[in-house]
Amino acid sequence: MSTLEALVAAARPEAARVITFSQAVREALAEEMRRDERVFVIGEDVAEAGTPFKVLSGLVEEFGPGRVIDTPISEAGFTGLAVGAAMTGMRPVVDLMFGDFLTLVMDQLVNQAAKTHYMSGGKLRVPLVLRTTLGATRRSAAQHSQSLQAWVSHVPGLIVVTPSTPYDAKGLLKTAIRNDNPVVFFEDKMGYTDKGEVPEGDYAIPFGVADVKRPGEHVTLVATSSMVQVALKAADELARQGVSAEVVDPRTLFPLDKETLVASAKKTGHVIVIDEGYERYGVTAELAAVIADGAFYHLDAPVKRLGAMDVPVPFAPTLEDVTVPTPEVVVALTKRLLAGEA
Amino acid sequence: MIETKEPSMSGALRISAEVGSRIYQQMWRIRVFEEHANELYLAGKMPGLTHLYTGQEAVAVGVCEALQREDYITSTHRGHGHCVAKGARLDLMFAELLGRSPGYNRGKGGSMHIADQENGNLGANAIVGGSAGIATGAALSAKMRGSGQVAVCFFGEGALGQGLLHEVMNMAQLWDLPVIYVCENNRYGEYTHFSETTAGTVLGRAQALGMKAFEVDGQDVLAVNEVLTQLVAAARDGGGPALVECHTYRYHGHHVGDINREYYRPKAEELEWREKRDPIKLFGERLVAAGLASAEELAALQAAVREEAAAALAFALAAPFPDPSEVTLHVYA
Repeated sequence: MSTLEALVAAARPEAARVITFSQAVREALAEEMRRDERVFVIGEDVAEAGTPFKVLSGLVEEFGPGRVIDTPISEAGFTGLAVGAAMTGMRPVVDLMFGDFLTLVMDQLVNQAAKTHYMSGGKLRVPLVLRTTLGATRRSAAQHSQSLQAWVSHVPGLIVVTPSTPYDAKGLLKTAIRNDNPVVFFEDKMGYTDKGEVPEGDYAIPFGVADVKRPGEHVTLVATSSMVQVALKAADELARQGVSAEVVDPRTLFPLDKETLVASAKKTGHVIVIDEGYERYGVTAELAAVIADGAFYHLDAPVKRLGAMDVPVPFAPTLEDVTVPTPEVVVALTKRLLAGEA
Repeated sequence: MIETKEPSMSGALRISAEVGSRIYQQMWRIRVFEEHANELYLAGKMPGLTHLYTGQEAVAVGVCEALQREDYITSTHRGHGHCVAKGARLDLMFAELLGRSPGYNRGKGGSMHIADQENGNLGANAIVGGSAGIATGAALSAKMRGSGQVAVCFFGEGALGQGLLHEVMNMAQLWDLPVIYVCENNRYGEYTHFSETTAGTVLGRAQALGMKAFEVDGQDVLAVNEVLTQLVAAARDGGGPALVECHTYRYHGHHVGDINREYYRPKAEELEWREKRDPIKLFGERLVAAGLASAEELAALQAAVREEAAAALAFALAAPFPDPSEVTLHVYA
């Protein structure tokens, strides 16, 4: 490129490219599979079907069935295979269709993958990514709607990633694939069609770095995954009502960027933590405790929590919709919090 | 292809004197290692407890003699035999049993989790059947990498009750993975006879998948070795997986503390296996009968192993415990 061409290119940057969340996931996978032949995808209907969510469409055409491996309906089995393959030189990416199926793979994930490095005195490694989904309101009822990120966040040895935007999804998935630990990567199934700016080509987002999705002054809304968009919509409405809300997305539940959460809490003095997992003993409880511990003397009110209602996710829309935090609920709680009534 | 191999203790020995001595020595090393382990427990010198392999030595040695160093095994909570047979050092094993710093896992695993990746041992496993996925995944990895390695999954007959095993055997057969499932049927899962927990046959489980299935006298080290040698060679050449049921017996209880066990297993039965079907005694007799070793040479081998084990144990007992600062080391890579 000549100097003149370079100057012209710099002066006229390409318009930012906008793609969907699922396209960002697929792009990260494809780029990593091109970069590293040890990376492969394994799961149910990941090849020609491209998963029921069509997230992986096109991968098998480029990489073949030897690296995009369709399995029987054997979640524990193929997760176990991935653990063994990871221990012996490969870098598997497991596709676990619904987060609810974590129940089926828990032994392989928790007793095997998470503990192998430690129990072997650091000799064995399990560079494995398990991609799965979370999120309700898809009318899928109690066994296809749960957000179980708290379960795996509890386990030493696992890394837990909860991207909320296409940009974060691509950058964090690349980091996950390059990491030498078992990583559970949650995708919001209702957010697969969400669009956002995503650079072409390579970039990686480090684990343990929260992102302030919207700066604000009066209240901090700490939100994860599917709840980030809820918090941003609430912040829009609050702004119309004269309240400046800061939205902070931890992006990874472990490692957790405690400093950014605490700093925001100290700045605003009011905090609501929002996560789509069950509220009881959930992610919100841990984040609220971290914030209370680090910012207690700067808080003007108790840290409030909003999680999914502590019920099995019901089918009927009128029932299901009330189980998940909405922007309206966040706005109402924020106003009560700022009024000293919550 | 579905085949069944009848147990056989007859026939001329098709091995060299050198191989015969090595096999004998390896079985004896397992036996002596575990005598010490039992004593350490009874003397209160070993933290926790352990599950002894004594009586089953011919399975581990017969299988591992058919493998190369770079081949993989996964092991069980009753795993000392597999670990020794795959090439581990007794001193580092004792150190691990005692929770000492130089142990194979730096004292973080103990008896039920010894791993020795340099010799292809991907680890013992305290979840019954829990390593079936790892072994099959190692075989998938070997196939994807074109490495020519074979994986052996050791499991007790108790693991037949676990769904994971059947899930991965199905995939292994579908995809012609180089993995051999070695079922050590020692007749008891914990404190229960296998007939009370196992419907149908062991081989039938593999046969239903179209998988090669064999049974073999697990007290006959050469019979085990012969079957495995053929299956490993076939698997290495793309011939796919197989299941081998080895009929064997554990002399001790489920674990070292399981001493009064007549309520589930008669003493006469234990005596019968110990006296008439001991794999080391039987093999020694065959070596002598075939003129491959003299009784004196075997006695010398035994003495040398006892010396090795005593020195290994002394090393481990003198070794330091890990520094408490290591508790957070290796949670993440």
